[in-house]
Amino acid sequence: MESLGGIIMYWVIALSIVIFSVLTVTTRKILRSATYLLFVLFATAALYFKLDFEFLGAVQMAVYAGGIVVLFVFSILLTSHPGDNTSRLVSKKRLLGLVAGVATLVVAGWALVSRCADMAAQLPVMDNPTMHQIGETLMGTGKGEYLLPFEAISVLLLACIIGGVTVARKR
Amino acid sequence: MIYYLIPALLMFCCGVYGFVTRKNMIAMLISLELMLNAVDINFVVFNRYLFPGQMEGMFFTLFAIAIAAAETALAIAIIINVFRAARNVDVNDLNKMKH
Repeated sequence: MESLGGIIMYWVIALSIVIFSVLTVTTRKILRSATYLLFVLFATAALYFKLDFEFLGAVQMAVYAGGIVVLFVFSILLTSHPGDNTSRLVSKKRLLGLVAGVATLVVAGWALVSRCADMAAQLPVMDNPTMHQIGETLMGTGKGEYLLPFEAISVLLLACIIGGVTVARKR
Repeated sequence: MIYYLIPALLMFCCGVYGFVTRKNMIAMLISLELMLNAVDINFVVFNRYLFPGQMEGMFFTLFAIAIAAAETALAIAIIINVFRAARNVDVNDLNKMKH
């Protein structure tokens, strides 16, 4: 069984994920929504650290918390007045959203609980993937190695840069 | 394992709810990020619990993060362009191309 500290860490992470993701979609000020999203992403990074994927946690913090949230905050400040509340939801729309969310929750939750409730209950031991291992896997061309997706991502990012500049440029 | 999948599931449902109810395009994009993040957590948890020592789930998550970053940057460029044309990012008001 896990140590007491591990269990406490787990509950802190899980509760902050749930609470902050609910707040993200229910708060009426959009800048607050972006801030709560930042907290959710930090909690996710903490979860990756807890599951021994340290590199992934660092990437999550750097790319999501450092890059994407800053982009969100900038675009919110550019497109809306920060003090504004969004208009009240009409109850029909809220009902529709609740039905969609709860239906997803019920279907996927039922599948999860019925299929893998007692699957892999113990955390198996694993060495943290070292930087050497990660680099070899990312750059290799053999079976289970990822040079081609890596290059495809690089081309995609280049296309994204060009597309972003072209779309957002002043005419 | 189920203890890690349940918070991710709740996060995904919050994303669905937000995507349906929000009208501001940036808020919709934020809900989309929530859903993507929940799926990333699932990849990592399955990798850690069912295949310890391998790194497939981790690399899927890495590439998903990269693609999410690219997609967000492009979507925000489009939103800013729309804002410049219509002075608004509310999806209900953006119906000019319909008529």
